[in-house]
Amino acid sequence: MHAPQAAYAVQADGLVKRFGETVALDGIDLGVRTGTVLGLLGPNGAGKTTAVRVLSTLLTPDSGHATVGGYDISTEAHQIRQLIGLTGQYAAVDESLTGFENLLLIGRLLGMERSEAKARARELLAEFDLSDAGGRAAKTYSGGMRRRLDLSASLVGRPRILYLDEPTTGLDPRVRLELWALIRRLVADGVTVLLTTQYLEEADELADDIIVIDHGKVIASGTPAQLKAATGTQTLAVRPSDPSHVATVRAVVAELSSTQPEVNGSLVTAPVSDPAVLPAAVRRLDDAGVVVTELTLRSASLDEVFLSLTGHPTERNEAHSGAA
Amino acid sequence: MTATSATAPQTRGQAPPLSSRVGIGEGIAQSFTLAWRTVVQVRHNPWELGDFSIQPIMFVLLFTFMFGGAIAGDWQSYLTFMLPGMIVMNMLFVTLYVGQGLNTDLTKGVFDRLRSLPIARWAPLAGRILADQVKQIWSIILVLGVGMVLGFRLGNGITGMLGATALLLAFALAFSWVGVVVGIMAKDPERVQIYGFTALFPITMVSNVFVPVETLPGWLETVVDANPVSTIADAVRGLMLTGAEAGPIIETLLWAGGIAVVFAPLSVWMFKRRT
Ligand SMILES: Nc1ncnc2c1ncn2[C@@H]1O[C@H](COP(=O)(O)OP(=O)(O)OP(=O)(O)O)[C@@H](O)[C@H]1O
Ligand SMILES: [Mg+2]
Repeated sequence: MHAPQAAYAVQADGLVKRFGETVALDGIDLGVRTGTVLGLLGPNGAGKTTAVRVLSTLLTPDSGHATVGGYDISTEAHQIRQLIGLTGQYAAVDESLTGFENLLLIGRLLGMERSEAKARARELLAEFDLSDAGGRAAKTYSGGMRRRLDLSASLVGRPRILYLDEPTTGLDPRVRLELWALIRRLVADGVTVLLTTQYLEEADELADDIIVIDHGKVIASGTPAQLKAATGTQTLAVRPSDPSHVATVRAVVAELSSTQPEVNGSLVTAPVSDPAVLPAAVRRLDDAGVVVTELTLRSASLDEVFLSLTGHPTERNEAHSGAA
Repeated sequence: MTATSATAPQTRGQAPPLSSRVGIGEGIAQSFTLAWRTVVQVRHNPWELGDFSIQPIMFVLLFTFMFGGAIAGDWQSYLTFMLPGMIVMNMLFVTLYVGQGLNTDLTKGVFDRLRSLPIARWAPLAGRILADQVKQIWSIILVLGVGMVLGFRLGNGITGMLGATALLLAFALAFSWVGVVVGIMAKDPERVQIYGFTALFPITMVSNVFVPVETLPGWLETVVDANPVSTIADAVRGLMLTGAEAGPIIETLLWAGGIAVVFAPLSVWMFKRRT
């Protein structure tokens, strides 16, 4: 009945969650295929954490339906808790305990014998390169070490389904790469992962499928390649030195990118997917006798992805006024 | 990666069938496991016990020698009168640690982790409350010890003392739910102390802990008599000094029951709203 090899490890239909006036989830549908990584991408306040908290049985949705590992979140929460591991947005470690004791505590709570829980704690500390720090109070840990301890705490019970809420936010690039490698290893071991992130790049690196949410609604979904094709991965920006040339520049950029460029003062921008547009742009503008002060091709920021997906810019600050 | 690596999930063959509920016995075991955290903390940092020991010691010395003569004629008889009430006051203040610990767990996300585990829903709260009974016992021993060094004598023997301890712990268990409510309401652990102290200080002062009621103006005497802190102080004085008195003991237990009945559901409700 609850076959672990079901096509979808996590499936949600029409999840709605309100906090007073705020609609954090406004009818979310999603599915995480067993053994794959789903990237839940969205700006601050999009509803990522709320979605994770609902799917990990910490919050009950106001309406909608979801199953995790074949179990219903509203009636079979206890079974689900035996299947999942949760690494929340903020490292949830007891700072007054050592790393080892943090893991021991979880093991004991999961019903392991003392010796078994100790062995498991040691094993995970070694796996996450924390053996040397294992005897130190977690309050002395660096951000990266805390994250690793947090992640290992969610793995004590060998979960088949793992939720990672912004696992690399606030970490330096080296630590981020380390964590990516760890997550890949988990996936290779057969863990199903639901990962939230604000970084397109991270979703691109790790996810098999991506869902983009904004204001609690799914605004796009697909594989990373599909999304990139739909949004353009890079942005071409051109600023003529003579503002009267904006119309000409606009026409050139429109033709090269096959989209309607954005014009902001004298700056013309458009999403493009082919890096070869840069030399082409140089030639065309030269032919047209336009002198430019700025001509760049850069990776699309999340804002631009949103812009091209929704037609409106993200409203980061407005959406993020509530509790963290 | 092989299936034996540290991160590999349980495969179907190894996985025990999933249970659908947590038994009471398991829940109690989980609460004790969570309470174990406090013991470990104290072992790591014995100074933490010192931190909350200094104030009670200071209060005992201060009241005994500064006010003892003025209130009771000589400090020795004041010590006998005041010490049981001082233990009651301390017990109330120590319940704030429940709120503080809970608030730390909530703000650090530890609570989310615990709630995502297949453990009894009430175990994290119960574990927190249980853990702080260790601090309660410590602070009773401490104040009593300091008092005895100064010359306090248990007039009602060891059984009376044990009875008083049991009564204090029973009340502390109930009153911990108030600490839980403050812990859920407060934004951060520091504020738990501020709110708690602000509320508890006048309540303990406007009682018969430090002064005999006969000296008070009539209207104030009415207030002091109605204050449950006076009732518990009377019960503990009886048990420690002159012999158990059924009246105050029963009243104390009724207060404990009443507080638990109001604040336990209230905190569970607030807890659901906050998370
Ligand atoms: N407990 C709560 N009480 C009130 N409002 C909340 C609560 N939790 C979330 N919200 C609101 O719901 C919306 C979605 O929040 P959520 O934390 O899910 O966003 P997020 O995508 O995780 O954002 P971030 O990237 O900042 O973590 C926000 O507007 C937030 O203020
Ligand atoms: Mg979030």
